[in-house]
Amino acid sequence: MTFAEVVQQSWGPMMEGLQITIQLTFLSIIFGLALGLILALGKVYGWKPLRWLCTAFIEIIRGTPLLVQIFIIYFGLPPYGIRLSPLQAAVIAFSINSAAYQAEYLRGAIQSIPSGQMQAALSMGMSAWQGVLSIILPQALRRVIPPWTNEFIYLLKYTSLAYIIGTPELMGQARFVASRNYEYFQVYVLAALIYLGIVLVFSEVFSWIERRVRIPGFDYHS
Amino acid sequence: MSKEKNVVLRMEDVHKSFGENHVLRGVSLDISQGETKILIGPSGTGKSTLLTCINMLTPPDSGKIWLLDQEITGSKKVNRLRQQIGFVFQDFSLFNHLTALGNVSIGLTKVKGLDRRKAREKALQELKQVGLEDKAASYPAQLSGGQKQRVAIARALAMDPQLILFDEPTSALDPELIGEVLAVMKNLANRGMTMLVVSHEMGFARSVADEVVFMEGGVIVEQGPPTQLFSRPQVQRTGEFLSRLSGLFGEEEEKQ
Ligand SMILES: Nc1ncnc2c1ncn2[C@@H]1O[C@H](COP(=O)(O)OP(=O)(O)OP(=O)(O)O)[C@@H](O)[C@H]1O
Ligand SMILES: [Mg+2]
Repeated sequence: MTFAEVVQQSWGPMMEGLQITIQLTFLSIIFGLALGLILALGKVYGWKPLRWLCTAFIEIIRGTPLLVQIFIIYFGLPPYGIRLSPLQAAVIAFSINSAAYQAEYLRGAIQSIPSGQMQAALSMGMSAWQGVLSIILPQALRRVIPPWTNEFIYLLKYTSLAYIIGTPELMGQARFVASRNYEYFQVYVLAALIYLGIVLVFSEVFSWIERRVRIPGFDYHS
Repeated sequence: MSKEKNVVLRMEDVHKSFGENHVLRGVSLDISQGETKILIGPSGTGKSTLLTCINMLTPPDSGKIWLLDQEITGSKKVNRLRQQIGFVFQDFSLFNHLTALGNVSIGLTKVKGLDRRKAREKALQELKQVGLEDKAASYPAQLSGGQKQRVAIARALAMDPQLILFDEPTSALDPELIGEVLAVMKNLANRGMTMLVVSHEMGFARSVADEVVFMEGGVIVEQGPPTQLFSRPQVQRTGEFLSRLSGLFGEEEEKQ
């Protein structure tokens, strides 16, 4: 088969897979961001036990393989009455995993904002919570865009692991197609090219967003 | 010491330690309506700590502080009280992600609950007061140090405070920018704002201060009108410190 024929034959299923890959990535990055934000705020501003709890959670997740986490959630939970579809299990596993990494990026960004910003907020009568929401986070979230873009790209690629529990995402579909036509090399190269294309597109999108929200005249690295 | 005028700020025997470091060792101070007091003293003597005790960013260990008839120390409404006490920082601490206008109006919308239009109007007025209405749309990083500090003053003024605390407002500025900030402060003093200013600008102290307060080792050593304190200090340490200052800043007594 020529590459063109392989493309033609596998395009349909691969695009279906891509749709699920993107769905999986977006759901996980957004749930991960929400949880990561809670973890980061807990770690920076929480009272001791909460700080300790957040740190422990982050370290456990970052210190164990993603595949093990996926297996625990998909194969380990049913005996306890929690039965999840492959897609649900994958979203949960990726969200939790990504949350731990995003929490660390967010924590770094929050702590890089000079303490005088919070002092100024409190001095004008804001509550600590208002200071976090109106002063600290708007600056920290801008700062976190570059590492967050990396996390997005990692996550997008890591979602390929979900094929192992039978999620029909891009990698799963590629395997399915290749097992039919035996054109392993060409099919997987096609899959790789699709991943690469998507990564490039989203890198561009996020760097455009970063430029859009940049604070005029302000250099974070000075 | 007690004037007929309203006492805006009263501190009684305020103490503060950081671990073993006993920084404030019993400070008592009154400031009346419309008064400007200048606080001077060697580095590390507790001037900044004293200011942050007043707005409870650093809660004192003991002693009492009143703003008018409300006791600040031990109050459960610290946020409410802080609105009434402006604070101007040495490093400006403008909110980096907001324009000059945003910096001045955010307290009005978030803290005072004004609607955006009213807040904008008032913020523009305050920027006008400090001569920066044309910089309303500029971000802090686009302003000079002197302009930043004037925005910071406008930000404090916008809250209609009873009292403004200044912590070395000109010491992070290039010499040629100090004048514009002092001019704004002088104007405030003349319009009757109550101010407590940590500053070693002797010329400024001489022209606007009702009293100069010399602090050392966590206590107030001496206080009095600038003419008296500068020419006839009652305590030897005050005189020594002042002559060291004029040596540093090249005021008057240049020949030894
Ligand atoms: N948050 C803090 N934690 C521990 N020690 C502190 C803290 N803030 C101030 N200190 C200590 O308290 C002492 C007084 O500091 P403070 O900043 O009030 O002095 P200052 O008179 O303002 O000095 P300067 O003229 O250098 O600004 C110093 O020894 C300082 O190290
Ligand atoms: Mg100081």
